Amino acid sequence: MSHSNIIEIRNITKSFPDKVVLDNVSLNVKPGEFLTILGPSGCGKTTLLRLLAGFNNATSGTISIDGKDMTDIPPHKRPVNTVFQRYALFPNYNVYDNIAFGLKLQKVDKRDIEQRVKRALKMVGMTDYEHRDVESLSGGQQQRVAIARAIVNRPKVLLLDEPLAALDLKMRKDMQMELKEMHRSLGITFIYVTHDQEEALTLSDKIVVMNEGRIQQIGTPTDIYNEPCNSFVADFIGESNILNATMIHDRLVRFMGIDFECIDEGFGENREVDVVIRPEDIYIIRNAEAAMFRGEVRSCIFKGVHYDMIVATPDGYELEIQDYNAFEVGTEVGMLIKPADIHVMYKERTENHVRGVMTDATHVTLLGESFECEAQEGIVAGMEVDVAFAFDAVELTDDSDDGTSWGIIRFILYKGDHYHLTVRTDDGENIYVDTHDVWEDLDEVGIKISPKSLRIKAL
Amino acid sequence: MSRLKHIFSRRRSLSIPYALFLALFVVMPLVLIMIYAFQGEDGSFSLSNFERFIEQREAANTFIYSIGIALITTLLCIAIGYPAAYILARKTTSTARVVVMLFILPMWINVLVRTLATVALFDFLRLPLGEGALIFGMVYNFLPFMIYPIYNVLQKMDHSLIEAAEDLGATPRQVFTKVVFPLSMPGVVSGVMMVFMPTISTFAIAELLTMNNIKLFGTTIQENINNGMWHYGAALSFIMLLIIGITQLLSDSKGSSTNDGGVL
Amino acid sequence: MKRIFTNGYLLLLLIMLYAPIIIIAIFSFTESPVLGNWTGFSTDLYANLFSGGVNNSLIDAIKNTFIIALTAATASTLLGTIAAIGINDLRYGKRRVMNFVNNIPILNPDIITGISLFLLFVSLGISQGYTTVILAHIAFCTPYVVLSVMPRLMQMNPNIYEAALDLGATPYQAIRRVILPEIRPGMISGFILAFTLSIDDFAVTIFTNGTDGLQTLSTYIYADARKGGLTPELRALSTIILVVVLLLLLIVNIRSRRQARRAEALSQSNNPRRR
Repeated sequence: MSHSNIIEIRNITKSFPDKVVLDNVSLNVKPGEFLTILGPSGCGKTTLLRLLAGFNNATSGTISIDGKDMTDIPPHKRPVNTVFQRYALFPNYNVYDNIAFGLKLQKVDKRDIEQRVKRALKMVGMTDYEHRDVESLSGGQQQRVAIARAIVNRPKVLLLDEPLAALDLKMRKDMQMELKEMHRSLGITFIYVTHDQEEALTLSDKIVVMNEGRIQQIGTPTDIYNEPCNSFVADFIGESNILNATMIHDRLVRFMGIDFECIDEGFGENREVDVVIRPEDIYIIRNAEAAMFRGEVRSCIFKGVHYDMIVATPDGYELEIQDYNAFEVGTEVGMLIKPADIHVMYKERTENHVRGVMTDATHVTLLGESFECEAQEGIVAGMEVDVAFAFDAVELTDDSDDGTSWGIIRFILYKGDHYHLTVRTDDGENIYVDTHDVWEDLDEVGIKISPKSLRIKAL
Repeated sequence: MSRLKHIFSRRRSLSIPYALFLALFVVMPLVLIMIYAFQGEDGSFSLSNFERFIEQREAANTFIYSIGIALITTLLCIAIGYPAAYILARKTTSTARVVVMLFILPMWINVLVRTLATVALFDFLRLPLGEGALIFGMVYNFLPFMIYPIYNVLQKMDHSLIEAAEDLGATPRQVFTKVVFPLSMPGVVSGVMMVFMPTISTFAIAELLTMNNIKLFGTTIQENINNGMWHYGAALSFIMLLIIGITQLLSDSKGSSTNDGGVL
Repeated sequence: MKRIFTNGYLLLLLIMLYAPIIIIAIFSFTESPVLGNWTGFSTDLYANLFSGGVNNSLIDAIKNTFIIALTAATASTLLGTIAAIGINDLRYGKRRVMNFVNNIPILNPDIITGISLFLLFVSLGISQGYTTVILAHIAFCTPYVVLSVMPRLMQMNPNIYEAALDLGATPYQAIRRVILPEIRPGMISGFILAFTLSIDDFAVTIFTNGTDGLQTLSTYIYADARKGGLTPELRALSTIILVVVLLLLLIVNIRSRRQARRAEALSQSNNPRRR
């Protein structure tokens, strides 16, 4: 056990009867760090925070805080304090008594309590509010009291569960700066949960990106922005163009039918990869001769400092580009991408793999339903099999009863000329679909797969 | 050890004492009614109690007659109570609160005293005691239980729904039949639940209102229990439980979610 | 015009509802043993009630009624509050089962509750008397307490309890200092409801009061009425109860109106917050 970590999370899994919320999560936090857990709603970030606070127990795995195993330690004995999203101030106490709550329980000397409460109030800029009724305060003021109530106990770690989510934009920005300042002057560890990527980039020393109960990437804000490890992170953090590509060999990658020089190495030869190019990294030049590729401006919107444009290439790719100059809609433009601005990522998968069982020679049960397939040599009924099929072999239908199986669209990724969808099927498995059709998040869809495209192998 | 401590420190463990209490004082007694109902006098399994119910006709006739009286009472309560609830719901909350309270206030006087007073009223007005007095007494007793839940639903109804209907060209009559009444059904259903079954099962009240001339099903059950016919009495109770179960299922399928109707 | 009609309708209903009660009130000021016979103005019935001029069994019945109601309402409030806090924290499935069973005594007619408990006490060989009546009253009152406390718990920010634990309170301290103050109004209305249900109960009591002659007001009146007449003093007692309740309701109503007005004034001077 190394004492350079204030928190050590080891192989934590949390499952409820109907689903797994956290799947084998491990994480170390250094003392004094401002660490943000970032992810879309339902990714497990709040559950992870609640496990740290002790409100829930993990199904398996261990958490230690300050060198001590926390498994059997109830919340009231943990050296952490929490700031809740909806403040959770005690309505029956005034501001002073809310903040003094923890100190009174610890039987701190009365004069000490008064001093510490006053100092905490000063820290959150709420001096003179001691005797106010908490329900008479505005949202921002309530959250300040909630923060004061937590830090007055001098916890080793402060847990913040989307503390600014309920505030309006202006108030949120102000509070961000104040939190950052507070972190500096208190010198304690902050663990901050949010779904707001901008907030995470602004505040954190370190960001943990989570999705579907798993950690996707851990790194500094710059790392995460510049070197996203997969298409989910690239899409979730900032604006980006994500495209299918082939790594031809080291430092040469082909996408949109064009070979581009890049600086990435070690992916092997002729390997399918994803590339990310940030909108500000594509340069529009008027001199089309010098351009690497051409396109036509489809839309151009002024965003305060820069213009946000959609440019379509003749091959049917759409790219988002940010530039300080405006180009009129319909203009033919040339574009340039520098090698260092092309970021190559491993694909998590290149086709769907699902487990199934052969029911007879031409039917296989997968995703909880029976799918027709072509007769396979050497495979008999009852065999467990691995079924592979391409992303674009799946047809989605509007009517969820229309398909062989059905599912809900959980994640949509635009890849320049098509959408890459994650569909959670009826029996809880994910399948991935490439389509040109426009769907929306959480749409219910029917799933059809043509018999020819199922490739079946015995397990 | 600490695991065990952990389990007992959870809030949900606080439901355990009440779960045990309910098991002993609610579930067990109902199971006993079932056991007694399906036992002959010698204690062995038997359907004789139910055979007797069908063959002897006396209890069965009372049962059917009680259902009739309960139906009339319920319909009268809806017919009289719905307009009252509707009028109340259109008044300002503070006025309505006072009137609703006035409707509920008589409930604080013992039901038997009120019944005897009703008898006195009939005497005073030189009206005969009998079926008419019985129905009047029942409506008198149960009307507040019909008004209250309907008023509750009507009062919480989103007024913009009515305005939307008017905006879309509905006449006042159509607004009522197409929007207000259908939306107030949950209140009517819980009102029916609170009038129908209690009417069938009341005892004492019917006797007092009719000079012992008319018996309702509740009285039949009570007489059997009092005369030591526990098995037969339990069987009659079991029949009532069945009816309650059925009406409950029917009202559930109508989507009634308001169980607060009884809380005065 | 329409207003007159609707107000007239309500008035008519109220008159119908109050006619018997007014008769009781009027005839509480005459001594005649038969209700409906006016034998001249007198306050003797009231005097008898307080000077012990009535027979002891009526006084006993009144005493019993209050002791039973007080005990049952207190026990129900404790049991029901603790239960509601626990049920509120249960997972969906178990919570549904608990709520379903909790609703059974509310939906069952009193006579079924009475008979089922009678069979229980007989089967367990418990001799019937004070204890069984109180247990029976707790059984049919507690579900109402649970129902009155539950909405308060559900309105509460679920993080409040956790915040207390987080700040170092033990589960017991967190409940006492944070949850109880929040649900107190629900507990009070639950207690009042349980108290009145118990006082008014007839059907459950008569099946569980045994043969040793334990009488409450209800069973006393029942026995009285079957003997052919109402003890005249009961008219005075009913009138007193009515007036007391009327006064209580008026006070509660005026107070809650004043509070509502104050809350309104507050919400206008501050930015609107929940509740």
